[in-house]
Amino acid sequence: MAFHATPRVVGDVTLIDVSGRITLGEGSAMLREMLRDLLGKGQKKLVLNLGDVNYIDSSGIGELVSGYTTVKNQGGELKLLNLTKKVHDLLQITKLYTVFDVHSDEVTVIRSFR
Amino acid sequence: MSAPKKRIEIKLEGNLDSVELAEELVLCIAVASGFDEENCHRIGMSVREGMINAVQYGSRQVREKLVRMSVELLPDRMEIRLADSGKGFNLADVPDPLAEENLLKSSGRGIFLMRAFMDEFDVRRSREGGTELVLVKRLPSAPQAEAL
Repeated sequence: MAFHATPRVVGDVTLIDVSGRITLGEGSAMLREMLRDLLGKGQKKLVLNLGDVNYIDSSGIGELVSGYTTVKNQGGELKLLNLTKKVHDLLQITKLYTVFDVHSDEVTVIRSFR
Repeated sequence: MSAPKKRIEIKLEGNLDSVELAEELVLCIAVASGFDEENCHRIGMSVREGMINAVQYGSRQVREKLVRMSVELLPDRMEIRLADSGKGFNLADVPDPLAEENLLKSSGRGIFLMRAFMDEFDVRRSREGGTELVLVKRLPSAPQAEAL
C-alpha cells in the first residue's frame, strides 16, 4: 500500500492521518515534506496518526525522529497516535517508545498539548 | 545420495529499485518455507535493511555496481547472503543506536534491526572485496537449541 498522508485540524492541533508504508524513498520523503510544510505555516501542535501504517523501515523511523527533533527545536510538539503492533514493537526495541508521547485515543492526544 | 541443494543466487542492480525486489523475492521464499507472518516480516525487513546498506554504501547507488544475493534453504535454517563490491566496513565502528547520544539520530538503525530480527547475523569480506552480510533464520520446523 502506497504512502498517503492527509492533515486535518481539530482546534489548534493538526492531525496527520498516515497510511501505507513509511520507507526509504517516497514515504519518508513525503512525510518530511509534509511536516516541513506544516511547520512553515505555523502549525506546531502536530499528531501523526499511524493507525493505518502497516510497515516502517529504519529510514521511516529516522523520519519520525527527525520530525520530532525539528518540531521540538521550533518550539512545537509532535506526538504519535494509534500505533500498530509492528510500529509499536519497532519503537520499543529501538528505545524510542519512551521518547515519543504516544497515545491510543484521539481526544486524549488533543487534550495533552500544553 | 545427499539431498539436492535449495539455493538461488541473483545479481541485483546497485540502486534503490533493487531493495523492493530483493525483499519481495525473499518474502516469497520465507512464506513457502513455512515461516509465520511475524517472522516473514522480520526476514523481509532484514533483507530490506541489508539491501539498503549494500546499495547506499557498497554500490553508492551506481546501477552497474551489482549486489549479489543468495538464499539457501538448509535442513534447519534459511541463510541469506548480501554481497556488495564497496570498500567494506568494520562492524565495531558502527555506533550503537541505543546509546543515549545516538538515540535521536535520524539514521544508523539498520544493522541493529538485522541483528534483532535474525537468529544469526554476521559481516564478512565478500569475494568482490566489499561487504557480505550473512543473515540466518532457523526454520520453524527446526528443533530449538535449548531443546537438544
